[in-house]
Amino acid sequence: MGFPEDASLHGHLLDRLYGHAFWLTLAAFLAVVAILGWCLVRYRARPGRLPTYTHGSGRGALLLSLGLAFAVFVGIDLNLALEDHRVFDALVGTPPDPAKAFRIQVMPQQFVWNVRYPGEDGEFGTDDDLTTLNQIHVPAGRPVLVELRSMDVVHSFFLPHFRIKQDALPGLTTRAYFQATKTGTYEVACAELCGLEHYRMRGFLHVGSEEEVAEWIARTREEYGADQELWRAWTRMKRESD
Amino acid sequence: MTPGAHPRPAGLLARVFSTDHKVIGKQYLFTGIFFLFFAGLMALLIRWQLAYPFRSVPLVGGLLFGKGGIMGGEHYTMLFTMHGSLMVFFAVTPILIGAMGNFVVPLQIGARDMAYPRLNATSYWILFAGGLVMAASFFVPGGAASAGWTNYPPLSSDRGVTLGQGQTLWLLGIVLAGTSTLLGAINFVATILNLRAPGMTLRRLPLATWSYFFTSVLNVLWVPVVAAALILVLLDRVAGTSFFLAGANAPFEGGQPLLYQHLFWGFGHPEVYILILPVWGILSDLLSVFSRKPAFGYRVSVIAMAAIVAVSGIVWGHHMFTSGMSPLLGKAFVLLTLAVSVPTALLFLNWLGTLWKGSIRFEPPMVYALGIVFVFAVGGLTGVFNALQAFDIYIHDTYFVVAHFHYTLAASVFLGSFAAISYWFPKMFGRRMNARLSVVHFLLSFLLLNVVFLAMFRMGIAGMPRRVADPFVYEYLQPMRGWSVLAGWGTLGLGLVQLLFAWDFFRSLRAGPAAPANPWGAATLEWSVASPPPPHNFERTPRVAGGPHEYGRPGPGGRDWVPQDEEVSLT
Repeated sequence: MGFPEDASLHGHLLDRLYGHAFWLTLAAFLAVVAILGWCLVRYRARPGRLPTYTHGSGRGALLLSLGLAFAVFVGIDLNLALEDHRVFDALVGTPPDPAKAFRIQVMPQQFVWNVRYPGEDGEFGTDDDLTTLNQIHVPAGRPVLVELRSMDVVHSFFLPHFRIKQDALPGLTTRAYFQATKTGTYEVACAELCGLEHYRMRGFLHVGSEEEVAEWIARTREEYGADQELWRAWTRMKRESD
Repeated sequence: MTPGAHPRPAGLLARVFSTDHKVIGKQYLFTGIFFLFFAGLMALLIRWQLAYPFRSVPLVGGLLFGKGGIMGGEHYTMLFTMHGSLMVFFAVTPILIGAMGNFVVPLQIGARDMAYPRLNATSYWILFAGGLVMAASFFVPGGAASAGWTNYPPLSSDRGVTLGQGQTLWLLGIVLAGTSTLLGAINFVATILNLRAPGMTLRRLPLATWSYFFTSVLNVLWVPVVAAALILVLLDRVAGTSFFLAGANAPFEGGQPLLYQHLFWGFGHPEVYILILPVWGILSDLLSVFSRKPAFGYRVSVIAMAAIVAVSGIVWGHHMFTSGMSPLLGKAFVLLTLAVSVPTALLFLNWLGTLWKGSIRFEPPMVYALGIVFVFAVGGLTGVFNALQAFDIYIHDTYFVVAHFHYTLAASVFLGSFAAISYWFPKMFGRRMNARLSVVHFLLSFLLLNVVFLAMFRMGIAGMPRRVADPFVYEYLQPMRGWSVLAGWGTLGLGLVQLLFAWDFFRSLRAGPAAPANPWGAATLEWSVASPPPPHNFERTPRVAGGPHEYGRPGPGGRDWVPQDEEVSLT
């Protein structure tokens, strides 16, 4: 269908939803074009042939209207809304258990992705955190829970290969989740206009095995540690009501 | 001055600041064409950059972007911001509503002018002032606005982020355009409800006038919402308030950037119906005129348009599925948005029903109208994808959305504008355009706009984000280079083809053959007066005796239609 490769557990559901919507709307489109084309040929003005004088306001036309309204509402609207409801719940409507998920925080700012890993204690903002720039490492086969909060303007965290997108706003925490099924390196795109260099806001998502990710985190923490000074911005933005 | 009591224009001043709806309509038309030209040129630059990112722009590059002629990310961002804003508020709205609505509505209902002629002139001149402000914004320090036509804060409101004064001027310019639209809309509602000629009952209104009524109702309801939101952004920007600011940069606690998105799309979604409704109305009337048959299912069409007006204000959430909204609320928006397909399907049924068993004449306005049925089918049906929350999360802010709204708001709306101009040109200017050139213009435009916008759908499915100066910084989008080049050359072709129309339009103003009062054999009241109509429109107030679409009924003198102001026996 032309999507980027699907590297997620649920992406295929969305691709299938697209397929169903595509065939249904294509059928409706072809019906319109076929009737249109047929009328243009069959009823083009010709000498000696008169148009039929009708207002289309009789019983037959009314029944046709009601029938079409019913067919469209049930066949297209309800049909797709129900499937959308199921796919949505599988994809984004059911957050993973935070105790079991791989958790990270992403705090975009013009024009980079700040990433924070909680370390072994599972708590953000402690000494064993790791913070990185534009590089996200997550394990395959386990739900990933991303908490998002922007440092400045609205950004949008877009993982095309995982079919998810979530806006990041200042002053508000939003969440995105996905589960990777294939290892490899994928791209993170910013999908909300965030300034003059919006196009340079490209990040990387590395999917590895649990061991690889744990090893990478340990190694990188040795080298870089955590820039908690920068990440004060995350907590400072928290309001009492959060 | 009472409506209709126009004195002869005394001098230049009286002619420029005319209160005659026909003159004001022409002023809107030329203003709209002026901005359409520049906003269209911006589209060419945008597509050049996307086809060949950061390569020197031929011909105009050096002039616009300095040495080397390469546009930077900042130029690109300003260009698409201004392209969208000018197209929506200064090209489409003036041409379709300001020009066509102003010129046609009083004539179609048998009135001598709009209900408030001076308010009508005021509306135009406020738009003119707004246009000057927008034009000036290109020349101030920091350049034009760069926060997109959606203008999301904090990007748009934080002066530390968008430095340019252009951003402030943009807010002012759009508020002026909105004020103009609002005053105009009040005038349309008052005119259509109060100034109908005797016998012009609501059930005898031409569908074009019905659509202007509905569009104006939406404008009255929703333009104040966006104007209020933009004034609050302006205050955040210049007066240090925090309505839509939050986080570390906000001067005060309690602001909420998301609130702006709700207010903007609360207007923004009705706005797309505001722009497309006149197209539906005009299309419905034209199909009837050139099929020589009454409009099929007239009452159902009116009810369908009314239903869309009713539901348009409660579907905005589908623009915000990625904002983190409650899933349950999202599902309500999914179903409400999908439900719009029901009245839309009924409109399609009626358009096809009008053609069915007609006697179809392929005159230029009809050819444009038939094109709308095709492109609006694509635009409408792809709306279904945007309504599906799960799928929308993937395509939101990608070229899929851009392609969808260009099929509706560019392809359908401009074919609708061309249909309207080509249909009413003889009435407006007393001359005829060249039929053959119009048909060639249609065929080439139709072909090329499908090339450009279908390519955009392809890129959207691949996940190409919009508003990105160079999509090919992303590895996963490399396979889309060919499509982007195709869209680039297609846009250039589309732009060049428009010169055909412009040439024909301006040449016919002076040199077109003289038009008779009723060149199309149409039944509505505007065709019962001379082309162009006298200053007071009607020598005597017409008495309306029948419906607007009485075609295919043999009348006196071999005529196959019954004018709306003619009594006929029913035998």
